[in-house]
Amino acid sequence: MAESSRCAVFDPREAPPSAPHLDSRTDYMLSEGDRSPPGTLRVGFTLNGHPASIDVEPNVVLLDALRDRFSLTGTHKGCDHGQCGACTVHLDGRAVNACLILAASVDGARVTTIEGLAASHEGEGLHPLQRAFHQCDAYQCGYCTSGQIMSAAALIDDERVPSDDASVREAMSGNICRCGAYKNILRAIRTARAELGVDRA
Amino acid sequence: MRNFSYQAVERVDSAVARHTEFATSAFLAGGTTLIDLIKLDVMRPEQVVDVNRLPLKRIDLLDDGRIRIGALVSNTELAHHPLIRARHPLLSAALLSGASTQLRNMATTAGNLMQRTRCAYFRDPTVPECNKREPGSGCAALTGINRLHAVLGTSEHCVATHPSDMCVALAAIEGAVEVEGPAGKREVALLDFHLLPGDTPEREHALEADELITSVVLAPHLDSAGAHYLKLRDRASYEFALASCGVILALDGQRIGQVRIALGGVATKPWRAFEAEASLVGVVPGRESFEQAARLALAHARALEHNAFKLPLARQAIVRALETALDDAQGGMSPPARSDTGAGSPAGDSP
Ligand SMILES: Cc1cc2nc3c(=O)[nH]c(=O)nc-3n(C[C@H](O)[C@H](O)[C@H](O)COP(=O)(O)OP(=O)(O)OC[C@H]3O[C@@H](n4cnc5c(N)ncnc54)[C@H](O)[C@@H]3O)c2cc1C
Ligand code: SF4
Ligand code: FES
Ligand code: FES
Repeated sequence: MAESSRCAVFDPREAPPSAPHLDSRTDYMLSEGDRSPPGTLRVGFTLNGHPASIDVEPNVVLLDALRDRFSLTGTHKGCDHGQCGACTVHLDGRAVNACLILAASVDGARVTTIEGLAASHEGEGLHPLQRAFHQCDAYQCGYCTSGQIMSAAALIDDERVPSDDASVREAMSGNICRCGAYKNILRAIRTARAELGVDRA
Repeated sequence: MRNFSYQAVERVDSAVARHTEFATSAFLAGGTTLIDLIKLDVMRPEQVVDVNRLPLKRIDLLDDGRIRIGALVSNTELAHHPLIRARHPLLSAALLSGASTQLRNMATTAGNLMQRTRCAYFRDPTVPECNKREPGSGCAALTGINRLHAVLGTSEHCVATHPSDMCVALAAIEGAVEVEGPAGKREVALLDFHLLPGDTPEREHALEADELITSVVLAPHLDSAGAHYLKLRDRASYEFALASCGVILALDGQRIGQVRIALGGVATKPWRAFEAEASLVGVVPGRESFEQAARLALAHARALEHNAFKLPLARQAIVRALETALDDAQGGMSPPARSDTGAGSPAGDSP
């Protein structure tokens, strides 16, 4: 069968996919008027480097606000209970589960999602981890991928976590991959680390 | 998720004052227990008082050698703090064995003390029988699937385990919980903070209405002690303990001078094995005395239909934690004490 060779061998020289996850929007000022409507709270924060504001009910979690209000759907909802890591974002630089954080409580904070990761990094184009995940084929269905990348990005910046595989696996254990792409995820992290020159004993 | 009113506060006294304004208020710290349980409709506060802006994020060494940890210090910060790593490696290891990186980044010292049981019947409001959730309704776990439930400190009204790793280390280290409420400040000994279920499983801790935890104070560390936290679970990481054991052991020459043994995953509150400890003081350490101590620690254990395996598991955990802490005390291992992982095979392909 001729077609079957199509995906049989992955060619890492292949160009990375265009970047639908790059955040091109800058207008995150969603609240209107001088005061928030009754029953809502006005929350101002920094989202992917841009000023953001939103009026939310107290019971809205950050994950739903990002997806439904800001249309940043790169952050995924898996379990909705802190168990899978699909919703991982950076809050003031630390990896957290957006499903267990009230949107109201991020007032004044800095939130970075997968859409803003590339821009948060000094180099051009995609973040080295995004490139490495692509090069190393570190996903199958991709559902967990943005969470994996956000965890990995925080991990690489965290001087307290050593670079050996066992420590990396332990630090990444809050991100479940139902497709079992763990081997290549680990490879991708190693690859990006080497590129960034941040190996730690 | 049901709705509630939300207040962010900047001062301890206003946190307490706000909390008194509703019959059912909840302080919000990291939210990793509270938001989870509000979503499940297990906790139903009318008001959430967000305490994250309170100035309770410091770790200070006091003149008498005790260490004061602010209620809002995150589990990550606490585990990695140089003072804690140097003086209380058991606490560091226990914290790092719990939950995930993301959860530890959010979880706080006070929230961890106050976390609720993972009993599946407690977490599922469609199950009518749960004395902890609905006092007087019965206990579904007694006749249900009780593989994960407790064997120590149980009552006929509740057999739920206390899930915290941090609290096991704190039970071994000892110290106090500092609280502030409408009637002012007071201190509760760490060992008295968590309550046995008895006839009132809905009462889990010694806090009075509207009291806020402001800090935890650790007793001074034992000089030249060895320590080890061993956690056994169904998968290698990111899972609650089936059985865990925290040991602090200090030698006096060839003999055991002081020893503390605390257990997790098997009891209704963070558990101290005092009889087992007493049997070891003044003894030349060795396999036999460790096994005898382990037997004593589980002597009053009561197994349910599916959790009898926890008795030998806990005994083995105690022996191994004692052996490793002894090694550590003899300088065989360099600190910080690390926590072992899976009960079964090595990690395989999972991270
Ligand atoms: C998927 C998952 C896996 C986990 N695995 C583990 C594990 O392996 N080991 C482990 O030990 N834990 C584990 N945990 C539990 C986790 O450690 C706790 O949820 C966390 O420590 C709670 O802290 P928090 O700050 O988020 O508390 P919150 O959720 O903010 O609060 C918890 C409770 O404490 C009350 N409270 C908070 N602060 C105060 C205060 N200052 N004074 C008085 N009351 C207060 C709140 O009102 C609430 O009732 C896990 C949790 C999840 C979701
Ligand atoms: S063990 Fe305790 S928490 Fe679980 S169902 Fe019984 S009463 Fe409820
Ligand atoms: S969706 Fe948040 S951890 Fe699963
Ligand atoms: S790639 Fe499918 S869940 Fe991870």
